[in-house]
Amino acid sequence: MSAERGGGGEGDGSLERLRRDGRIVIVGASLAGLRAAETLREQGFTGSLTLIGDEPEPPYDRPPLSKQVLLGTVDADRTTLPRRRAIGARWRLGTAATGLDLAARRVRLAGGEEVPYDRLLIATGVRARPWPHPAEADLDGVFTLRTGRDAARLRRRLAAGPRRVLVIGGGFMGSEIASACRELGLPVTVVERGPAPLVGALGGVIGQVAAELQRAHGVDLRCSVMVTGLEGDAAGRLRRAHLSDGTALEVDLAVVALGAVRNTEWLAGSGLGAGPRGVACDAGCRAFDVRGLVTDDVFVAGDVARTPHPLFGYQFLSLEHWGNAVAQAEVAAHNMVSPGPDRRPHLWIPAFWSAQFGVNIKSVGVPTMGEELLIAQGSLAERSFTGVYGYQGRVIAAVTFDQTNWLDFYRRQIETAAPFPPVCRTVDRRPDGLRPVPADFPDPSLPTHGPTVTLSGYSPTDRRIVFTPARG
Amino acid sequence: MRLVVDLNRCQGYAQCAFLAPDVFTLHGHEALRYTPYADDSRREQVARAVAACPVGAILLDDLPENLPDDVAGDGAGGPADGLHAAGPGVG
Repeated sequence: MSAERGGGGEGDGSLERLRRDGRIVIVGASLAGLRAAETLREQGFTGSLTLIGDEPEPPYDRPPLSKQVLLGTVDADRTTLPRRRAIGARWRLGTAATGLDLAARRVRLAGGEEVPYDRLLIATGVRARPWPHPAEADLDGVFTLRTGRDAARLRRRLAAGPRRVLVIGGGFMGSEIASACRELGLPVTVVERGPAPLVGALGGVIGQVAAELQRAHGVDLRCSVMVTGLEGDAAGRLRRAHLSDGTALEVDLAVVALGAVRNTEWLAGSGLGAGPRGVACDAGCRAFDVRGLVTDDVFVAGDVARTPHPLFGYQFLSLEHWGNAVAQAEVAAHNMVSPGPDRRPHLWIPAFWSAQFGVNIKSVGVPTMGEELLIAQGSLAERSFTGVYGYQGRVIAAVTFDQTNWLDFYRRQIETAAPFPPVCRTVDRRPDGLRPVPADFPDPSLPTHGPTVTLSGYSPTDRRIVFTPARG
Repeated sequence: MRLVVDLNRCQGYAQCAFLAPDVFTLHGHEALRYTPYADDSRREQVARAVAACPVGAILLDDLPENLPDDVAGDGAGGPADGLHAAGPGVG
């Protein structure tokens, strides 16, 4: 019944009808969903707008949850996002979407209700990856941190003064949590299975700086070690963690910071190209179906999207970045109500920040593509520097520790595929920066634990099985 | 008043921390911390900080806390009237 409304061709006035009284449904009511809704209205969309979100709270900002909220300077329910404008929407908060019928253009909600759409935006984001052992994850004292409620619960426990906090995973989230714990004066142990914190995002050279930063602030940092088990007492309270080096740790609070899982389960069987790696879409944010064909009425934005970027070899990038959620939502919303020739590609240069242990860490580009690293300004030892990543002779990314004013320059270098190592001489170049060094990212084809088997080769006669033993 | 700072854009100029020190503070050399909800008594201070940010990174709105922009029932559409966002848009 809705297939004729606002879809398909653009020369027949259907787009005008869509813009005037079409039905747009946004699934996911966080940063990307909200900014998309505002952009749709800004673009002159006057039809009906529905925002569906599984959390009961109106859209809120997540970055403060691992910082100000854990420190107790901001309440978890006071990070509601400011609005750019009123959006005149129907809000379906506290209601998860559970299915999608592409042919009938309907979103199914928990409870069975169906919401019809002419254009759909998928912005369901990610959730915290849970501790893999369900019984251990259920122990009192085991937390993850993604939502406002998670942050409120964790804050209460931190305020109660745990004997020791165990942070499982030394990525950005784990490092920020450890930083907050130290600022609160709490003993904290970080267990990271890689050789250093932040190594997956920024490589081994910068990871070493992060490791020293943590230790200088009193973190008991244990790298190349995994947590193998969490043990509770008779009352189901966490009391001990077992580590892969054979040691055990007495802890009453553990935060699992093992990254995120994309919220795509509700799309299973829908025919969209969605799975554990996200929802694939073209540079104009239109979702691909499982055949690899692009849809014209389903769009994707934010953490859940995977989108090709011309500057980075047309790789499909998944960016769990605040700035990407905003920029991609704006492009998706614009394209949802614009004719083909007016549509725009999402060409945002990846950028993120993290504040931890008093240091402002910021990055542009895609550091993980970096083969080499040059410390162009400042010094690693002073923890105030600009690192530039090179890939096949061009600048591909940069990271700053307390040198944010340099980032814009390197963003333009990335945009213009400037040569690496940078040819221009810079002020404050130190011995660190005389020549590039390997950026030292872990080989993604090598598992960090446990033996594994992989298949390679294209044709059946060419298939090879490779056994990779556990790394020491 | 609800506010958010685009910390990709923030360069640590510290104008906001100077003009509205109860809401914005620098932690270390350039890491900005702020209160995402500012009391009405800080309205003028915060508005000055928004205006003085050299990179326009602060988004502030003074829409009512419980937005009356919910639309009941199907078919209704269009933004509710009488509401506006203050401050420069981010992005």
